[in-house]
Amino acid sequence: MLSTTRPAHQKSSIRIGNALESSREQLPSHLHELETEAIYTLREVAGQFERPALLFSGGKDSIVLAHLSRKAFAPGPIPYPLLHIDTGHNFQETLDFRDWLAAQTGANLLIRYVQDSIDQERVQEETGPLASRNALQTVTLLDAIKELRLDAAIGGARRDEEKARAKERVFSHRDVFGQWDPKNQRPELWRLFNGRKQPGGHFRVFPLSNWTEADVWEYITAERIAIPSLYFSHEREVFRRDSTWLANSPFITLLPGESLERRIVRFRTVGDATCTGAIESRASSLEEILAEVLAARVTERSGRADDQRSDAAMEDRKRQGYF
Amino acid sequence: MSAAIDSKPILRLSTAGSVDDGKSSLIGRLLYDTKSIFEDQLQAIELASVRRGSDVVELALLTDGLRAEREQQITIDVAYRYFATPKRKFIIADTPGHEQYTRNMVTGTSTSDLSIILIDARKGVLPQSKRHAAISALLGVRKIVVAVNKMDLVDFSEARFREIESGFPMAASRLQLSDVVFIPISALLGDNVAERSANTPWFTGPTLLEFLEEVEIPSVSVELGLRLPVQYVIRPDQDFRGVAGQIEAGSISPGDRVRILPSGRETRVAEVRDPDGPAETAVQGQAVVVTLSDHLDISRGEMLVSPTDLPSDASTFEAVACWMHEKPLRAGARYLAMHANRVVPVEIVRVESRIAIEELSDVASDHLGLNDIGKVVVRASKPLYFDSYKECRATGSLIFIDPGASVTVGAGLILGALEDSSRSPSAELVQVSGGDFDLRREVSDAIVRHLGSHQVSAVFLDETVLEGIVASEAIAPLAAFIWRQGIPVVMSLVNEEPVVRLSRFDGALGGWREVMAVEQGSNAEEAAQRFFNEPWSPAI
Ligand SMILES: Nc1nc2c(ncn2[C@@H]2O[C@H](COP(=O)(O)OP(=O)(O)O)[C@@H](O)[C@H]2O)c(=O)[nH]1
Repeated sequence: MLSTTRPAHQKSSIRIGNALESSREQLPSHLHELETEAIYTLREVAGQFERPALLFSGGKDSIVLAHLSRKAFAPGPIPYPLLHIDTGHNFQETLDFRDWLAAQTGANLLIRYVQDSIDQERVQEETGPLASRNALQTVTLLDAIKELRLDAAIGGARRDEEKARAKERVFSHRDVFGQWDPKNQRPELWRLFNGRKQPGGHFRVFPLSNWTEADVWEYITAERIAIPSLYFSHEREVFRRDSTWLANSPFITLLPGESLERRIVRFRTVGDATCTGAIESRASSLEEILAEVLAARVTERSGRADDQRSDAAMEDRKRQGYF
Repeated sequence: MSAAIDSKPILRLSTAGSVDDGKSSLIGRLLYDTKSIFEDQLQAIELASVRRGSDVVELALLTDGLRAEREQQITIDVAYRYFATPKRKFIIADTPGHEQYTRNMVTGTSTSDLSIILIDARKGVLPQSKRHAAISALLGVRKIVVAVNKMDLVDFSEARFREIESGFPMAASRLQLSDVVFIPISALLGDNVAERSANTPWFTGPTLLEFLEEVEIPSVSVELGLRLPVQYVIRPDQDFRGVAGQIEAGSISPGDRVRILPSGRETRVAEVRDPDGPAETAVQGQAVVVTLSDHLDISRGEMLVSPTDLPSDASTFEAVACWMHEKPLRAGARYLAMHANRVVPVEIVRVESRIAIEELSDVASDHLGLNDIGKVVVRASKPLYFDSYKECRATGSLIFIDPGASVTVGAGLILGALEDSSRSPSAELVQVSGGDFDLRREVSDAIVRHLGSHQVSAVFLDETVLEGIVASEAIAPLAAFIWRQGIPVVMSLVNEEPVVRLSRFDGALGGWREVMAVEQGSNAEEAAQRFFNEPWSPAI
């Protein structure tokens, strides 16, 4: 299987916000606490598991995780690989950023492709104009976990993202089928994370459980963390669908009545290009993004077309082992 | 940077109340009034409220989670909620007030600084309220807010509020709750939650939100020396070897002398790094990487401590156990204990009592069932280094894990070390077997002398002592009989093995404990010494 650390060609895909004088400012105490807690969790993963990996999507949460991983193990390297489940429907900027970050951190980047799962007929591609590969990722991910014999997969999910996640553990146990049983989760006390398991099971670990979207942006701003340029406002060819702006891309089929136009937009999440909505925004610095986030009146996930399909969409995917 | 540098620490709180006291409404209200609810979420619950035939927006629906629960219209586990004001960030551990109550309460409270106890003004203080207060006190929560809810249904009556207030502190003071605050509210209408109520002119205290924003959480009552449990060892190359962990008590700076447990070796700190690089000092609550001036082989689970303020170091200790599994905890049961980054096999020596949580009184019991809390004596297969839970949550807490199923079955709050009978020879039953008669005799004599030097006079038994009267097969039962009267026994038995084997019977554990071989020609005196000094290791 392909593993790549190819250097980024399009440097413009990476943005560190506006350059700021010094880096070693003291973090506000709530961010300091969240950082400490996440570092503790990452070290527990490295200490308790034999074959962990960090699920790296190229989105801001996984970028923050990579940043925290560097801080947790400095001056040593990150002691686990980054694993990207590539839907094949990515924004080019995300892929460039991914490769740049892997090269930067010296981390081992592993990529597994949803396309391979489709070719191997492990999954059936959705058809029609609303087709998305988000749901298919589950199978590719579980296959990768099995193939790489991972015992822990670190993810950037946060409890504030969706109601179904509010009860999620930091160390979340998955059975042999990668399934999450909401009725049979272990009580999680203090910071004593129980990572013991039966053969075949694995853990999803969520070091950012207690972070909110605002915390993530405040942290990115305070730490001047590089993020894909998609998060900053830019002009892009978009069209209107279900009250969000979707980007034009080779993976998109326009429906009758939909038409392309150029708008100044940015993305609040970067996922599958077929269903990740953009918002109209002129926020072009981290400070402006942060101000926008703090004033936002809709959740970041509201831009995800597939989440709106069903109220319990998230929970269904979770049961299937998506997160 | 937009956020204030001097922002307050996160306030972690837990909420509990009996069903229908208005807990979900209160949390929904806090989220709503602090604008932590987004429009799409609000629309979703508006829709849901209409579907349920409700004419007001049920804020309670905001905190409602999984589908099965939604169908049953109940919440069944600890859920975490987040909200923030310009002054502070808050994390709520929301614990439901029905079945599994204790398990969830203990779990939610274990990470909390403050508890909100909800009381329905019409119903007053219920057993559940007392239980919540007691569990909070037990888990070291220092601040409690009693939110007297549904004041609108008692006409915002001051008399009713005062009645509840004066009815409460009795339980509270026995629990040594230094700081209990009462606030009259209406979660449904918002009175005194974020907005001061015009309906309670007689109430001069802060609104709930004001209180939460300003409350200072007292730091640990006891100042301890350094406690740095090792989480991970960072070893990028031959030259760098750093121990990574979180400082649980005290502070650390380059040049400090530290002791490493369990080895007891001492060394100096060469360098301290925090997540931003080399640091002059680091204190409790910080993540650090520490290098030492000697190249010592240190691994996860060891602990760096102050040589002048050591933690307890013992295998047997007393703890309060909160039981979370259907299979009860009983004497003799074996678990894995996860404590300060170590996983150590333990056995329950005995259950001392069950705590009737509402009265905080001890009740005789030989087991702890699901949702029971009680005092137990635990013996670990090797010494743990710990502080009492009161002194330090991180080094005084542990979880019990089922060694087979790997699930967490209980929580433990360490009270303190007990006389460690694994190392002080008291009522011993020692079996010396194998080898030849002379070596057995020699070793047995040495053991009797060793016990004698600890003021333990043991009876010696072998086939020669009762020659002609007792057959050699009767030695073991006879020895066990004498020993059960509380008299230490050393017995010598013939069997086929070429080397002498020493085995110790342990009453508390109810089984033979391991075993040491003595080679022909070795020094019996030394062998006896070693036998008693080496920590035992039961096979788990
Ligand atoms: N009148 C009044 N009703 C309330 C108040 N708080 C909650 N309720 C109602 O009491 C019922 C139970 O509230 P809920 O928040 O679901 O209680 P929980 O079971 O403790 O979460 C609901 O019908 C609420 O509308 C209050 O302050 N005043």
